[in-house]
Amino acid sequence: MTFPKTLRYTKSHEWIEDLSDGAYRVGLTDYAQNALGDVVFVNLPESGSELISGEPFCDVESVKAVSDVYSPFTGTVSEINEVLLDSPERINQDCYASWLIKAEANAPGSDWLDADEYEAFAASEQGH
Amino acid sequence: MADALSALNALNKGDVPLVFERSVPGARTDMLPPLDVPESSPDAALLRSEPPLLPELTEGEVSRHFSALERRAFGVNNGFYPLGSCTMKYNPKINEEMAALPGFADIHPRQPERNVQGCLAVITQLEGMLCEISGMDAMSLQPAAGAHGEFTGVMMIKAYYGRLGDGKRRTKMIIPDAAHGTNPASAAMNGYTVVTIPSDANGCVDVVALRAAVGADTAGLMLTNPNTLGLFDPNVAEITGIVHGGGGLCYYDGANLNAIMGITRPGDMGFDVVHLNLHKTFATPHGGGGPGSGAVGCKAFLSEYLPKPGVADNSGSLTFDNDMPLSVGKVRAFYGNFLVCVRALCYLLTLGREGVPQAASNAVLNANYLMRRLADPDEFVHDRACMHEFVLSMKKLKAETGVSALDLAKGLLDKGMHPPTMYFPLIVEEALMFEPTETESRATLDAAAEAFRALVKQAHDDPDSLHTAPHAAPVRRPDEVRAVRTPILRYET
Repeated sequence: MTFPKTLRYTKSHEWIEDLSDGAYRVGLTDYAQNALGDVVFVNLPESGSELISGEPFCDVESVKAVSDVYSPFTGTVSEINEVLLDSPERINQDCYASWLIKAEANAPGSDWLDADEYEAFAASEQGH
Repeated sequence: MADALSALNALNKGDVPLVFERSVPGARTDMLPPLDVPESSPDAALLRSEPPLLPELTEGEVSRHFSALERRAFGVNNGFYPLGSCTMKYNPKINEEMAALPGFADIHPRQPERNVQGCLAVITQLEGMLCEISGMDAMSLQPAAGAHGEFTGVMMIKAYYGRLGDGKRRTKMIIPDAAHGTNPASAAMNGYTVVTIPSDANGCVDVVALRAAVGADTAGLMLTNPNTLGLFDPNVAEITGIVHGGGGLCYYDGANLNAIMGITRPGDMGFDVVHLNLHKTFATPHGGGGPGSGAVGCKAFLSEYLPKPGVADNSGSLTFDNDMPLSVGKVRAFYGNFLVCVRALCYLLTLGREGVPQAASNAVLNANYLMRRLADPDEFVHDRACMHEFVLSMKKLKAETGVSALDLAKGLLDKGMHPPTMYFPLIVEEALMFEPTETESRATLDAAAEAFRALVKQAHDDPDSLHTAPHAAPVRRPDEVRAVRTPILRYET
């Protein structure tokens, strides 16, 4: 499993890429895509929808289950990755290129993890 | 001859053509006598422009077609079926005999009440017994399945708050993260916002989190006890007390009632509304084998909200009572899946007051026996006595061998048993959930445990053979991604 150093992470297994000026991209981590298994559907929010930190903004369906994806911050969706609507399997193939949404955040999260912290957290989840 | 033989071999192998592919133009099952009354025809506007696309087969071919399909299916009559949370117990044949009695099977739903008194008596007698078992005061047998019962029960809660004038304020339904997925669905379909509360370290409701979640906006709590980890929540009285303290109501999901029937009652645990799955707990066929029944029951203060009509006793004669102005209304055509209710009543009368708790005890005993025989302690999610079912996590095996819970489930098909429930509850990674039920013998449980341990060994020795399992089943490994994304749902020529 890989966890790029340039990204930040949440304990609910989302990655966050800082695009500067308060804009971020959000996706699912390698740990999450591996735990989900083959992703068959992604329900993305609409551009312009409001995000609330810690609340679900999207759901992904795998052959195992439907899972919520939680917003790492409060803000507004500015763009969705429409490619995923037709090709959700890309999340399994390259989860860090397969961003779900681009959004403007009111403020960055205070509890985001860096790659090393997240890797340790994911390892503890694995061994749990 | 060679063709006929290869066709027979194909059937035995499991390659069953679709009924349309067996169709031969002109083949038929009937020979009608000549018309001996004046011919008449409906309005031309009502007639089809072309005949419907229907398969044409002789009666013999129809019979062979369905027998061939039956050979490919696997049910409780074929072998061990430990599908967790589904209570796949043996369905006694006497239930079928009773449901086939002409007085039950050949009635018409529009027959006058006076000549279906026996059927109405079945309804009131079964309602009475289910009230006794669940600790409720009133019951309706109308809902046609478990989720339908849930939906109806939550509708009753909503109607109750609507009448109190509290409906706009009480907008949240609290549901533990171990719940069946139908719970949040039933709440959401009734317009409630679902508040999920986590399980604690013991796999039960986190009472601190519950206390924090309950407030003036709480409509209620939906709970399964024993829960989906197969654990009885020892804090249940405190839990229902917290919800009632905040002015909310408590809903009991009866999916797991088999573990406790006749021993303890949801009504005594503080629940206000329940649904019971007659097709699970009370031994009526289900899972593709027949329709369900999700009877809904409640305490007296909610009885006016039950679906209508109810069955009332008018000085010795039973009638449908439609005079229920506060009722949530009719939730099913006529009176639910009546013949399922006949089977459930027969089951209860057969077991009797002593047999019902004995069945529950045996279900719990079988589950604990199987858990200790089948599982390695590493695979336990909670290493303590379970109720009617238990959940294993195959996370360690997956990390060590790459063999997943799914691969093991597919491997079990080759061992001649139905797999357990997979990947549920969602809070357990690589979950396998076994529910053996009370009707399995010790020999069956021993054989299942041996088969499972053999698969775990195979996972270490030859993981690839499990990635491609099943090898002996009529259908090999379907492409699940394609099946979900581009399902073929209808026959096309």
